Amino acid sequence: MSRILKWVRAHLVVLAGLLALAYLVLPNLVVLAFSFNKPVGKFNYEWNEFSTDAWTNPCGVADMCQSLSLSLQIAVLATIGATVLGTMVAFALARYRFRGRSATTAMIFLPMAMPEVVMAASLGTLFLNMRIPFGFTTILIAHIMFCLSFVVTAVKARVMSMDPRLEQAAQDLYATPVQTFLRVTLPLAAPGIAAGALLSFALSFDDFIITQFNSGPTTVTFPMFVWGASQRGIPVQVNVIGTAMFLAAVVLTVAGQWLGNRRKATA
Amino acid sequence: MTTTTPAAPPQVIPLTPAEGKPRRKLTPYWLLLPGIAWLVVFFAVPMLYQASTSLQTGSLEEGFKVTWHFSTYWDALVEYKWHFVRSFSYAAVATVLCLAVGYPLAYTIAFKASKRWRNVILILVIAPFFTSFLIRTLAWKTILSDGGPVVGALNALHVLDLTNLVGLTSGDRVLATPLAVVCGLTYNFLPFMILPLYTSLERIDPRLHEAAGDLYARPFTTFRKVTFPISLPGVVAGTLLTFIPASGDYINAQLLGSPSEQMVGNGIQKQFLNVLDYPTAAALSFILMALILGMVTVYMRKAGTEELV
Repeated sequence: MSRILKWVRAHLVVLAGLLALAYLVLPNLVVLAFSFNKPVGKFNYEWNEFSTDAWTNPCGVADMCQSLSLSLQIAVLATIGATVLGTMVAFALARYRFRGRSATTAMIFLPMAMPEVVMAASLGTLFLNMRIPFGFTTILIAHIMFCLSFVVTAVKARVMSMDPRLEQAAQDLYATPVQTFLRVTLPLAAPGIAAGALLSFALSFDDFIITQFNSGPTTVTFPMFVWGASQRGIPVQVNVIGTAMFLAAVVLTVAGQWLGNRRKATA
Repeated sequence: MTTTTPAAPPQVIPLTPAEGKPRRKLTPYWLLLPGIAWLVVFFAVPMLYQASTSLQTGSLEEGFKVTWHFSTYWDALVEYKWHFVRSFSYAAVATVLCLAVGYPLAYTIAFKASKRWRNVILILVIAPFFTSFLIRTLAWKTILSDGGPVVGALNALHVLDLTNLVGLTSGDRVLATPLAVVCGLTYNFLPFMILPLYTSLERIDPRLHEAAGDLYARPFTTFRKVTFPISLPGVVAGTLLTFIPASGDYINAQLLGSPSEQMVGNGIQKQFLNVLDYPTAAALSFILMALILGMVTVYMRKAGTEELV
């Protein structure tokens, strides 16, 4: 008994860490389990009976797959927009000293330090005042706005840690500025840009608060669909989508790491 | 996500050899222009608009006019004072819980896990991000359901007696109580705490621990005098990344709480989307923003780290 106690004491931190991990993963397991449920009523909160109905017919619910495709479209466009704009800002901040640099840094930091609901309500108020109808465009504008800062942070960190001598070497070897940028700078910065893009995609795809304040009656994104469903009755298919997203994310991350390791090994 | 700048590499700026030529001097501004313009038009200008909206009166049909109607603020504060109290106290409790739960995990990833396990755990921390957080929050309805195993266990361990005593729960329910909301907030923002903590812990040279041990520091003393102080930037970044979004959140209160757990976010949402009382919504979010900015400024001054971007 005392040996067990001793072992527990020696591994207390790890045990606490694993409990925290369980806390993080538990809801995903519940979502997975309940994607195989056959609920009694409209809501899928209580276990009733095993069934694969939802998995064989994922788009069997009216409007759900439409909302999913809308979310994907917005996420892709928002990612492209935020990544391009954010990368440019990141290069300016990491590579140049200029007047207004600290004001720019503050401008980048503020959206990340603001609760979403404040940005959501104020942007919504602007659109209302300007009589711009809510819809696809307003959602896209809002998503690019809040993703931008995250891209800047990710890319800037990467560019700052790059060895400037590599680019100087390229120029010493008579590479033109464009060649240097495309063949040396961009590949070196790519992991930071990819991280920023991935984060933008995840943030945009999953955003609810800002979207709720800036979307029109016909533009129901997937999170908006889930929100509506949580009040009227949740189809099991929602869990199927949730689980599929989780698995896709895990597979993609593992594949990405594997590819990265292989590249490192061959380099 | 990383909110701390990496250890500064040897002077990177200025790089371009042609610096000094007037054309080059304009380059940073061209690079900044589209991104910053986007933020000015869709982030900064709306904030100003909101300030003006909060002082307007009128209705959707007749239009709104600026009438310097300051009492909107007073009325909003009176009507929603408990919402503010709940927002900040729930967010504070959730932040403390996130730190208490997240620190051991970040520490485990940084120091205890082998390289392979480190990646696996990091994936498990980040992957939930990719499942809609509304779905994951709804899963807590199942986990905390009345008469379910979790509530049963908490009851058997007399934890619920304790939480009843401090007013976090009432009776033998967890759902529709402050505890459920705090639990949901903690869960939702935990990765935002773990990642900055991990980033700052990972940079610590393990030899520092050995050195402390060689100087007869006990493990806890090593933690208190060496590890924790070095990880402080991560703690500051993590607490901010948790507290700020948590205090503006209305999803957990809506999905896991009852009307008596509603937070300021719920108020803003209701005024904006249902009541269509835009001045009150604007006043509420203006007060929320001012309070948060004030708290963050005081906190950052106390914590003494400014390398957040």
